[in-house]
Amino acid sequence: MGKTLFEKIWESHIVVEKQNNPSLIYVDRHLVHEVTSPQAFEGLRMNNRKVRRPDLTIATMDHNVPTTDRSLPILDQTSSVQIKTLEKNCKDFGIKLFDIDSPNQGIVHVIGPQLGITLPGSTIVCGDSHTSTHGAFGALALGIGTSDVEHVLASQTMWLEKPKPFEIRVEGKRKNPHAVTAKDIVLSIIKNIGTGGGTGTVIEYRGEGITDLSMEQRMTICNMSIEAGARAGLIAPDEKTFDYLRDREYTPKNYESLVDSWRDDLKTDSDAKFEKEFTLHIDDIAPQVSWGTNPGMTCNVTDSIPSPDEFSNGDANQKRGAEKALEYMALEPGTLVEDIKIDRVFIGSCTNARLEDLIAASKVIKGQKISSHVQAMVVPGSQMVKKQAEEMGLDKIFIDANFEWREAGCSMCLGMNPDILSPGERCASTSNRNFEGRQGTGGQTHLVSPVMAAAAAIHGHFVDVRKMDLN
Amino acid sequence: MDSFKKITSIVTPLDKVNVDTDQIVPKQFLKLVQKSGFGKFLFFNWRYDEQENEKSDFVLNDTKYKNSQILVAGDNFGCGSSREHAVWALLDYGFAVIIAPSFADIFFSNCFKNGVLPITLEQKIVEKLLQETGTIEVDLENQIIKTPSSEISFEIDSYQKKVLLEGLDDISITFQYEDKISDFEKQSKIPSVL
Repeated sequence: MGKTLFEKIWESHIVVEKQNNPSLIYVDRHLVHEVTSPQAFEGLRMNNRKVRRPDLTIATMDHNVPTTDRSLPILDQTSSVQIKTLEKNCKDFGIKLFDIDSPNQGIVHVIGPQLGITLPGSTIVCGDSHTSTHGAFGALALGIGTSDVEHVLASQTMWLEKPKPFEIRVEGKRKNPHAVTAKDIVLSIIKNIGTGGGTGTVIEYRGEGITDLSMEQRMTICNMSIEAGARAGLIAPDEKTFDYLRDREYTPKNYESLVDSWRDDLKTDSDAKFEKEFTLHIDDIAPQVSWGTNPGMTCNVTDSIPSPDEFSNGDANQKRGAEKALEYMALEPGTLVEDIKIDRVFIGSCTNARLEDLIAASKVIKGQKISSHVQAMVVPGSQMVKKQAEEMGLDKIFIDANFEWREAGCSMCLGMNPDILSPGERCASTSNRNFEGRQGTGGQTHLVSPVMAAAAAIHGHFVDVRKMDLN
Repeated sequence: MDSFKKITSIVTPLDKVNVDTDQIVPKQFLKLVQKSGFGKFLFFNWRYDEQENEKSDFVLNDTKYKNSQILVAGDNFGCGSSREHAVWALLDYGFAVIIAPSFADIFFSNCFKNGVLPITLEQKIVEKLLQETGTIEVDLENQIIKTPSSEISFEIDSYQKKVLLEGLDDISITFQYEDKISDFEKQSKIPSVL
């Protein structure tokens, strides 16, 4: 019987295999950031251990860095300590660090691909759940906890129970690909399969609706695999993948010979079996807006807020969850999504802060001003994205529309730095999680695509971007 | 890591589904560089109001659960962020066992690294446990939960069970396979980054 792409990558990375127990898997790339690593390095020190492969380990600071003027000192003392701790750890253990002043600094999942560190067929781990992003390149990319960060630093391996392969087919063609984006596809998938729908699996996204996407759009899809509970998400590499990674700063010297082997090896066999399957038809899908406190609580922009009964399909626990979510979000069932007024707009995060995202959003706002009651910001995913955007004059378009134009980092996706919502503030956000308090205690998050966020900034409420001319 | 002993305690019922790690430990407490002391931040936004007074309607603030070591919760517990701080907070607060109908993968794995036992049970049984007011016993060795009225068996991976019972450090275990790791590296086709 044939094998899935996931199974092929898995089998090529087994160091020790045990029946019915976790296997020891080799890690080709370990990405490290300031928040989930200090305790891991401390563990190494306490046990007198070293980093086995500093040459496979790359660090940056992204989660709690300020996105304002980088020449100023960091005011938050605990953030500052965490950043200095990463600097010291990288120096002590010989790890390459892109620090706050580096032109390569940025969100770890944005810089990995941009620098050619992410490679097809490889295993990539990071102490961050959105590591699934790198699966867009046909890598097996896993988010891990701090104990595993320590384990990988010490041994370049990790023990892992083999996940099950899950096929998600995305079929058809979007009628208006400028208005209905990769974000809308992945939110539609999570809306259908639920936030636990992918638990214990590695999703492979397949079908015309996926191969049509650019690499940056594929990253948006794989990024949110974790929001469906999946261990990872991946997409078989094709010529778009190989072109994207060619001639990057850290692209391997023998890249073309690697590409030759990837072309042959990195695909699911036609007779391979998946343990789970789901198909989404995208011909008629609408832009999506989340209304609740997890990404599965999402509806079409043309819908009204569902009642807990309608949402829960008779499941009492889900119904209570929906009631709590509506209470937290201060929303009434029956309210039209387009009537929801917003206070803040955040264009950023490892989900949607790449160059294509900023270009798409800039087209919506060009020559216009944001609504007078809205405060809006753009936080590019990396300093490199920021520079490229500035070379295209995008910064000027955003600033002219009264957006704030910031330095790179995770920023208000999780609000570990000063970029947070105040209690009761409602935000249209291009990020990945609408959990209670995620963007600031008491803040209300609606997950949307970059074009939907930009349009909401202009109008002060959600609008169906399919009605706008985005070409 | 300490070895896992039999736990005898009343259960703390947290009757919520999709409890994400942002709720277990909000982001403002992730800036510490050590593993200790996270218990006071556990479920912070549910436990405290804006003036940091205890909210009387949250289960952890009910004094009868103060010494409970077993948390029972709804489906998909620990979803979202990979932050191991969530497990450090549960452990530091006093929980050694978490019971739910399902867990998110990364959280589930993080539990074993810290000597916390996550137990997956059928929805119907979890619902009964949420109502249980008596003392229950969790016996990992025999994979049995004893309640005043019943005995419930549970499944656990044999490797994870051994790790917990013996309090093993998995890095030491891995180092026993150092030759195999070196052999793997010799044939690996993925070049180093630098």
